[in-house]
Amino acid sequence: MLSKKNKEVFFNPFSKNNPVIVQVLGICSVLAVTAKLEPAIVMGISVTAVLAFANVIISLIRNTIPTNIRIIVQLVVVAALVIIVDQVLKAYNYEVSKALSVFIGLIITNCILMGRLEAFALSNGPWDSFLDGVGNGIGYALILIIVGFFRELLGSGTLLGFQVIPQALYDLGYQNNGLMILPPMALITVACIIWVHRSRNKDLQEN
Amino acid sequence: MNKQSNTYTILYSAIMVVVVGAVLALTYMALKPKQEENIANDKRMQILSAVHLTAEDGDYKAVYDKYVTETFVVNKNGEKVDGDAFSINLANELKMQEAEIKLPVFVCTLDNGEVKYILPVYGAGLWGPIWGYVAVNNDGTTIYGAYFSHQGETPGLGAEIAKPEFQAQFEGKELYKDGEFRAIDVMKAGQKPADNTDYVNAISGGTVTSKGVEAMLKKCLTYYSAYLDQLRKENTTNQ
Repeated sequence: MLSKKNKEVFFNPFSKNNPVIVQVLGICSVLAVTAKLEPAIVMGISVTAVLAFANVIISLIRNTIPTNIRIIVQLVVVAALVIIVDQVLKAYNYEVSKALSVFIGLIITNCILMGRLEAFALSNGPWDSFLDGVGNGIGYALILIIVGFFRELLGSGTLLGFQVIPQALYDLGYQNNGLMILPPMALITVACIIWVHRSRNKDLQEN
Repeated sequence: MNKQSNTYTILYSAIMVVVVGAVLALTYMALKPKQEENIANDKRMQILSAVHLTAEDGDYKAVYDKYVTETFVVNKNGEKVDGDAFSINLANELKMQEAEIKLPVFVCTLDNGEVKYILPVYGAGLWGPIWGYVAVNNDGTTIYGAYFSHQGETPGLGAEIAKPEFQAQFEGKELYKDGEFRAIDVMKAGQKPADNTDYVNAISGGTVTSKGVEAMLKKCLTYYSAYLDQLRKENTTNQ
């Protein structure tokens, strides 16, 4: 079930080969949806679902795809899955679907997807591809959640909409940092995560 | 079969498109009733916001059914016409000939017995449409509450029209001055309308959106003015 290779495929994206902080893919949506924790979590789950299924589908049909239209086939599969996710969210979580608005549609252009389909699913079996998809999806979601956690906590004083920072602290003169809500702070937060990650993993550092 | 041949490629893409199309159509049809329910609930939430009502448990339908006691449609002359107020899309109506425009009115009876008339408004902001609901007292002139929303105004600037701080300014403002319909002006802080119309403060840095709100109120509420006139006369003679 989980051979050594499979474990690597699944767990590497969490840290050593994280799509966001090591491969630096999918940064655009990290900036856009992390002002609050809840959309960040939903986006993470959505990307994981789309990536896992797209990987499996492409892997299953990889031997039938004509090479000269393989990118188009990948796009069609991803686009169809994204529309399904969008429709499901509209039906079962309308509030979040309003908050994420166009970003769900933009999963199609998330570089992680095309990257994994090209690099992995086209040359590996469905089970490996599924693990790779879920692993990379979770790796992406982890970063989104960390960034969303800090931005919502420092920017709004809440987590998942609940007030976390006590009123007493505000009475002492504490203020929410409005800058955390703005997109640049997502980039700076991601940069801080990369910094911490690299200083802990010496082998990632280039000279 | 040669997988690189043109025939194979064309057949492959044709079959793929048909299969994917069928899957998407099925998903859409299966989820449509649920989605329409959500959209209707969202509309109920917006209507209720104009009279400061919310549903704690998210069941807006129950709250809406409880408080919105009557809905009807009027035309530009204030006469009631046929139509289902809830399903009317004001954006489409505004594109029609003036005489044909159908204007929905939602009558809301509050816990204390006061009757409010909720009127939808629709206009243009800086980047896209803006819309809202204005609740008017039964004197036909005093605003009880207002709700505005937008599709994509700039966060922190134009998007502030969706904040309670901006919307609260409209409470108690009067649409009529000296018996004449004037709507509400949206003025830069520190400025006042020359003709003594009631006004609210615009959002600093969100001038185009603020002016959009002003134009939206003027345009849409002018259509309602004949109906508001009736309301005003009815309720002043009664008193």
